[in-house]
Amino acid sequence: MNPVLLSAKDICLSFGGVVAADHIDFELKTGERLAVIGQNGAGKTTFINICTGYLQPTAGRVVFDDHDITGQSPRSIVRLGLGRSFQLPQLFTEHTVQQCLEISAAARSRHLSWLTSLSSSVDQTEVFETLELIGLRHVANEVCAELPEGHKKLLDVAMALMLRPKLLIMDEPTSGVSSQDKHGLMALVMQALDERKVTSWFVEHDVDIVSRYATRVAAWIDGKIAADGDPQTVLQHPQVRQEVLGEMAC
Amino acid sequence: MKTGLFSVFSALVLLVSGIFFPWSKTMLIIGLCYGLSALGVAIPAKSGQVSFGHAMFACVAAYSVAFIARAFPAMDGLLLLVLATLFGTLFSALLGLFVVRYRGIFFGMLNLAVSMVIVTLLGKLYNLSGGTDGIRVERPALMGMLTDRSEFETLLLVLTLLVGLSAGWFYQRFTQSATGEALAGLKSNETRLEYLGISAHKVLWVGYVWSGFWVSLAGAIFALAQGLVTPDMGSWTRSGELVFIMILGGASHALGPFVGAAVFQAVKLFASAYMAGVWQMLLGLTLLTVIAVAPDGILGAWQKRRESLRQGASS
Repeated sequence: MNPVLLSAKDICLSFGGVVAADHIDFELKTGERLAVIGQNGAGKTTFINICTGYLQPTAGRVVFDDHDITGQSPRSIVRLGLGRSFQLPQLFTEHTVQQCLEISAAARSRHLSWLTSLSSSVDQTEVFETLELIGLRHVANEVCAELPEGHKKLLDVAMALMLRPKLLIMDEPTSGVSSQDKHGLMALVMQALDERKVTSWFVEHDVDIVSRYATRVAAWIDGKIAADGDPQTVLQHPQVRQEVLGEMAC
Repeated sequence: MKTGLFSVFSALVLLVSGIFFPWSKTMLIIGLCYGLSALGVAIPAKSGQVSFGHAMFACVAAYSVAFIARAFPAMDGLLLLVLATLFGTLFSALLGLFVVRYRGIFFGMLNLAVSMVIVTLLGKLYNLSGGTDGIRVERPALMGMLTDRSEFETLLLVLTLLVGLSAGWFYQRFTQSATGEALAGLKSNETRLEYLGISAHKVLWVGYVWSGFWVSLAGAIFALAQGLVTPDMGSWTRSGELVFIMILGGASHALGPFVGAAVFQAVKLFASAYMAGVWQMLLGLTLLTVIAVAPDGILGAWQKRRESLRQGASS
């Protein structure tokens, strides 16, 4: 049995009268591919923000790879091996695609040079391997701000991948991407994650994507996990069908 | 490489000008000090943080020169420069710990606020600082040589040119290094920087300290060249001039701030000679024109033009 990589116990967080995390207990094992589904406002991103240090829970604790990361800064959590991509890609918009990956590679070494050029201070083979893996080699010299949305999403994931994370959390990796491009994008991302042996957890609204790429599904409803298990069981769960998939079908 | 050679050639031209026209030496040294300071201001500006108080580091270093020279009259000018730059840099390192936590207008105004406190203290503590009259700095020996005024100015010009070339080399290397690129990344996405495990505060602090170093060095040289330090050196108008020069010349290349300083000095000289009553207006109009016509500064516009010519030739 695979060891637990991330666990959250009794996590609570409210914004005024809105309960975004209501006594959540959660575990993620090494090697899993978890899809998180739920209506908008169900608390999926809030929970990601708690696990990645962006928000601090009012109660509960989060343990990642045997380290208590509750309330730690995103920076310290990333250094432990928990990477993240965002619903709105967080890129260095004035840099090129290649430079973004070079900065990520330099960040991993934790020592940022002052006088050696960025390109010569990182392993270019690894940069180009990652670009190839994620399908961005042909736009390596493009400035990020000018990339189409799908490429921005891929780059966001690639930047996190350069850190060689143990776990990668992706918040809606296919949002803003046309329906015909979604599967291609996910295929590239999942292939890259498999090759680098990275455990993953992604938030997704598309049931086809969830059924095809997840090994486990957790459904969020009103700040709670309403169902958690293998995709077939969770997607057939009556409450999930009514409150989550009904919403998603619209 | 070509730009490096051009910079060395320009330095030699300036040196020869200084030798053939001795009256221009002080003006050249002061112009180079302005360029050097504007180069310092350009470092945090890479991260989108513009300081309106950076002249305070020049002021701190200049007063350090004056205080040390008063306490140790026999001290060599070179050692004075080293010690004063060290004080200015240490001050920027300490102040940086506080100001790098702020962004945008707060970063700019905090720097300005601290600079105004320093200027006011220097103006009011008459017994220590000489008040608004400042402190005279006697001409020290330079590199062990006791010189007359002209020789001293020539040596100082050589030294300033060497410092300018080193600063230019440093700026080019630093802005293309991992720290420099992270600093530029801070401008477009601080969140991503943190989610890569990079401390945005630390990156900005490193840039801020280097910036403080170059401005302090410029201030120390300025004090020796001028032979007088006054609180005005750290005033907000002086800091504004540094930002003005940086925008005028452009910060895309190390040469930009020096080109900006040259144009600034030329416009100021011309305006004070022929339009003495409204010289600030002429400076303002110059800046407006540059912003409207060349938002990346004179050097940025030149680089763009060269790039478009190159693309035109290749297509």
